Amino acid sequence: MTEDTQRTTSATTSTPWVGLKAAAFWPLRLVMDLVDRPLAWLQATFGQRAMVVFFLLPNLAIFGIFVMLPLVINVIYSFTGGSALFLDERVGVGFEQYQTLFDCRDFTDPFSCRQDAFWAGVYNTLTFMLLQVPAVALTALITALVLNREMRGRGFWRAIFFFPVLLSPVVVGLIWKWILERNGLLNALLNGLGLEGTVWLGDSFWAMFWAIFVSTWAHMGFYTLILLAGLQSIPRDLYEAAAMDGTSRPRALLRITLPLLWPTMLVVLILALIRAVQIFDEVYVLTGGGPGTSTQMLVQYIYQTGFAALLRNLGLAAAASILMGLVLMVLTLLQLGIAARRSREVAG
Amino acid sequence: MSDLALASVIKRFGDVAVLHGIDLEVHDGEMVVFVGPSGCGKSTLLRIIAGLEKASEGDILLDGRRVNDISAADRGLAMVFQSYALYPHMSVRQNLAFGLENSRMPRREVRQQIEEVARMLRIEPLLDRKPRQLSGGQRQRVAIGRAIVRRPGIFLLDEPLSNLDAELRVVMRSELAALHKRLQATMIYVTHDQVEAMTLADRIVVLKDGRIEQVGTPLELYNHPDNAFVAGFIGSPRMNFLEGRVAGVGGASVAVVLGPDDATRLDIPLDADDHGVRVDDRVSIGIRPHEIVLTEETGYPVTAEQVEQLGNETIVHTRAEDDTALLICLDGQHPIGEGDRLGLDLAHASLHLFDPQGCRLGGQVKAGRGVRPATEAAS
Amino acid sequence: MGAVRRFVLRRRGGDRWHWTDVVAWTWLVLGLILMLGPAIWLTLSSFKTRSALNEFPPTLLPLTTETRMVEGYEEPLELYRVTLEDGEERVLAQVRRVGIVAQMVDPDDPGERIDVPIAAREPVRTTELATENYTEPLERFAFLTFFYNSVFVTVMATVITLIVNSMAAFALSKYQFRGRGTVLIFILATLMVPLPVILVPIYVVINYLNLFDSLWGVILPTVATPTGVFLLRQYMLTIPDELIEAARMDKASEWKIYWRIILPLTAPALAVLAIFSVMWRWNDFLWPLVVLSQRELYTLQVGLNAFAGELNVQWHYVLAMTVLTMLPVVIIFVFLQRFITSGVASTGMK
Repeated sequence: MTEDTQRTTSATTSTPWVGLKAAAFWPLRLVMDLVDRPLAWLQATFGQRAMVVFFLLPNLAIFGIFVMLPLVINVIYSFTGGSALFLDERVGVGFEQYQTLFDCRDFTDPFSCRQDAFWAGVYNTLTFMLLQVPAVALTALITALVLNREMRGRGFWRAIFFFPVLLSPVVVGLIWKWILERNGLLNALLNGLGLEGTVWLGDSFWAMFWAIFVSTWAHMGFYTLILLAGLQSIPRDLYEAAAMDGTSRPRALLRITLPLLWPTMLVVLILALIRAVQIFDEVYVLTGGGPGTSTQMLVQYIYQTGFAALLRNLGLAAAASILMGLVLMVLTLLQLGIAARRSREVAG
Repeated sequence: MSDLALASVIKRFGDVAVLHGIDLEVHDGEMVVFVGPSGCGKSTLLRIIAGLEKASEGDILLDGRRVNDISAADRGLAMVFQSYALYPHMSVRQNLAFGLENSRMPRREVRQQIEEVARMLRIEPLLDRKPRQLSGGQRQRVAIGRAIVRRPGIFLLDEPLSNLDAELRVVMRSELAALHKRLQATMIYVTHDQVEAMTLADRIVVLKDGRIEQVGTPLELYNHPDNAFVAGFIGSPRMNFLEGRVAGVGGASVAVVLGPDDATRLDIPLDADDHGVRVDDRVSIGIRPHEIVLTEETGYPVTAEQVEQLGNETIVHTRAEDDTALLICLDGQHPIGEGDRLGLDLAHASLHLFDPQGCRLGGQVKAGRGVRPATEAAS
Repeated sequence: MGAVRRFVLRRRGGDRWHWTDVVAWTWLVLGLILMLGPAIWLTLSSFKTRSALNEFPPTLLPLTTETRMVEGYEEPLELYRVTLEDGEERVLAQVRRVGIVAQMVDPDDPGERIDVPIAAREPVRTTELATENYTEPLERFAFLTFFYNSVFVTVMATVITLIVNSMAAFALSKYQFRGRGTVLIFILATLMVPLPVILVPIYVVINYLNLFDSLWGVILPTVATPTGVFLLRQYMLTIPDELIEAARMDKASEWKIYWRIILPLTAPALAVLAIFSVMWRWNDFLWPLVVLSQRELYTLQVGLNAFAGELNVQWHYVLAMTVLTMLPVVIIFVFLQRFITSGVASTGMK
C-alpha cells in the first residue's frame, strides 16, 4: 500500500496533472460544498454525534433494508403460503412449506419426493460440494506449491492463474459451453488424437463432471493466492534446518510444509464449501440445470420456485432458502471459530 | 568427528564475488571460529560448508572426500541456526527426533538418544512443550540438542548467541565451551563478536570482504596480528593507532618518531631490509589501551577528554596534538579530570608496526600488564 | 538475453533437472494453456463467420474462402485449389456445386467449364475477421442497450459505493462512540448473509419500494459492501488523528473534514475498492436476473444469458458479445492486476 501511496502522491504533484484534477473535480466540489451548508447546520444544532449518525446512516440503512430486514422477512415468509407477493396478503400456513419440502417416501430417491426438484437440488449440490471442494483445494495447493518455488516472474504466473477468477459467471459458462459443443474444440482435439468425442452436456454424468471442472477452473486462482500467502509465511530457515536434519524433499513437504499450511488450508476449505453450497451462476449458464435435473443445484431450485416457474411459490422458496441458510450459518460459524482460534494461537 | 578442508573456494552472487579464494583446514575436534565485520562472508562460508549454498569455484572436502555436489541432507553435518529454526508445530521431543527418524533409527534408540541429550542440556522438563512455550535460552538449548542428537561429523553454529540478552550470552558461552570439551566435536562457529571468538576458539579465522585476513590461535592473533585490520579487530577495547615516521634504520631495530616535533621516539625491533623500510617512511604504530602507562617525565602528550571511573580501572579518552584519539585503560583509580594534560609512556607497551597499507612490519610483544621487564630489551 | 535464458532454465537442482523441476514446469505450461486458452479460443471463434463456425473440425484462426469477381458472373466466385486428373494443381473459381461434382472455371479464362469432384478441391483461405458478428448485435439486437445498462449500473453503483462506504468507514475509524463495536459486528454479520438465502425477501422489499424492474433496483441493494467498509476503515486508521484535530481547530465542519481531508488521503484504498466494485457490479448475474423483467433493462450478463438460452443459439453473435462482456474486466486485469491480487490475498487471509 505504501508503495502505491508514494506513486499516487508523486504523480499528483506535477503541475499539469494538478490542473486537470482541479478541473475535473470542480463540479463535484461545487455539489459537496453545497451539501456542506445544511450539514454544518446539522452539526451545529445537534453536535458531533449527529454527524456520526449521518455518516453511518446510508450504509446501515442499506444493510438494514436489504440484508437484515429480508432475513427476518424470509423466516416469516417460510411460514406463509398463497401466491400473493406482499406479506399482508399472504396466508399463514405454519410448517406446511417445510413439510412439503420434507415429504418424501424414500429420502435417497429424489423422485419419490413431492418436491423432487428440491431434493434433486440438494443431492446435486451435495455431490458438487463433495467433489468440487477437494478438487479446487488440491489444484490450488499444487499451484501454490509450484509458485512458491524461488522463481522470477512469480507475479506473472500468479496473474495467469488468477485470470479466470475475474470473469463473470456468464462468460465462464459460455466459454466452456462453446468448447463443449458437439462441434466444439474438445471434440475436435479428441478426434485429432484418434479418440471419440461425445455430446458432453447432454449426458447427465458428464454434465456434472464439467460443471465441477468449470467451477474449479474459474475459482482456483483465488484460493491459490490465499495458499501462496500461507506458504510464504513459513520461514525459509525451517526448510534449511530440515535439510541439515537430512530430510528428503517429499518428507519435508509432508512433515513441515503441510502441517504448517494446514490452518490456511482449513480457511480455504471452509470458504470453498460456503461458495459451493451457493453454486448457481456458471452452472446455470453452462447446463441450465440439465440434462433434466442432473445439474440443477439448490439455488436454482430456489430461483425457479420463487421467480421463474409459472406458478411462483414464494413461501416454498423461502423455506428452502432458510434451510440453506442454516447450513451456511453452521459453516460460517465454523469459519469464525477457526479464525478466532488462530488469532489466539498466534498471540499466545 | 570429521575434518574439513577448503581449497580456493570462491562464491559469486551474479557478477559480484563475496568470497575470494578461501583456503582453510579444520582439524578433527577443533573449535574454529569465523569472525569478522558484517558482510565479510562468514555466514556465506558456513552455509557453503553446510551445503545450503553452492560454491562457485573451489573444493570442499570432508575427511578428504569432495562434497561439493552432495546435498546438505547427505553431508552428515548439523547446524544451529541464528533464529534456532525449531519446528513450531512439533514438541521439543519431536524436534529432536525428526532428524533421527530420517535415518531410520529404531524407536527405542531414538528415545534413548533424546533422553541422553536432554539430560546433557538440562532440557528434560521441556520435552513435551512446543517451541513457542519456551524462553530464548531454552529454545537455543533445544536447537543445540537437535544438532547433537544427530552425531554429526561437524557442528556448524551460525551466530547462536546473538539473539540472547547479555547475561544469558555469557552463561551460554561457557556452556558451549564445556559442551565442546565434553563432546570433543569438531565445531565451526560464526560470530561478529570477537570476545566470543577469543573465549571459545581453538583457532580463529578473521574474515574481511570475503578474504581470510589471518588464521591462528586467539593469543597468536592478539600478540602477532598480521595486519592493521586484525590488530584493530581483535582485542577489546580496540587497539590505538598512532602515525609516525621512520627516523633511523639500523641493525636489528628501527627508530620511529611521533608526536609534536617528533618528540617521542620508539625503538622497535625490526629487520629493515626484510621489509624495505627506509628513513622517512610513514608508519602506523599499534598500541593496546591496557598497555599504556602514565609517566611523570616527558611522554607522548595528550589531553584527557573523558574519564570513566569503573572502580577497578580507569578509562580515559584522550586526544593527541594531531587530533588522533587515544584510549587508555589504567589499572586502579586515578584522579584524572577532563582537560588534564597527560604524558604517556609508550615504550614499555607491546608495539605493532604497520606500513601505510596496513601490513605488519614488525614489533615487540611484552609479557603483559603487571609484569615490568627488568630491562628494556626483554620481550 | 542472458537473463531470459537464466529465467527459463532456472532449476531447483542447480545444474541438473530434478524431477520436481519437470513437474513444476509442466504444471506451469499446462496452467498457461488451460487458463488463457479458453478465452483466446473464444475470441478467435468470435471472429469466424457463421458458416465457418459450423465447420468440424474447426480451424484455429478465423478463415474465409477467398473470392474473386469473374467475368461473366454477377456474384464473386469462391476460389479453390484443385488437383486435376493429370496431377496438375490449379486455382479455379467455383460456379456451382451439383452433388459431388463442382462446376468450376478458370478465373482468368472463364470460357471453359471444368468439372471437378469435390474431393479434389480445397478452398483458398485467408484470415479474415468477421467483424459483423460484433456490429450486428449492437445495431440490431439491443446489445448496445444492454451495454449501456451495464455501464450505468456499474458506474452508479461504484460511485455510490465509494461515497457510502467511505462515510461509514470514516465514522467507524475516526470516532469513538458507544455502540461502535456493535455496528462493526452488525456489518460483519451482513457479510455472512449470502444472496441466495435472502433472494426471495429482497425481491419482496424491492417490489414494496417500487424498485422492481428498474436499474436502481439492481443498484441499491449492492452498494453497501462490508468488504469495502472494512477495507477503507483499515486504511483510514492509518491517517494520523492530528490532521483531523488540526482541522477542527480551524473550525472545519465534520463534513468538510471528511470531504477535503479524509477522502483525498484515502485515495489508494478508494482506488482498490473502485476496481473491486467495478468488477463485482459488471459481473453480477443472479440479482439482475431476478430484478429485471423488461428486456430493455437487461444488463449485459442477463441479456447475454437470455440470448444464449434461446432455442437456436446464434453462436456467432453470442461469442462476439461474450468477448465484449469480457473485455472491460480483461483491460482492468492487464493494467491493474497487481492491485487486485495483493488486495485479495490480504482480505482473504482475514
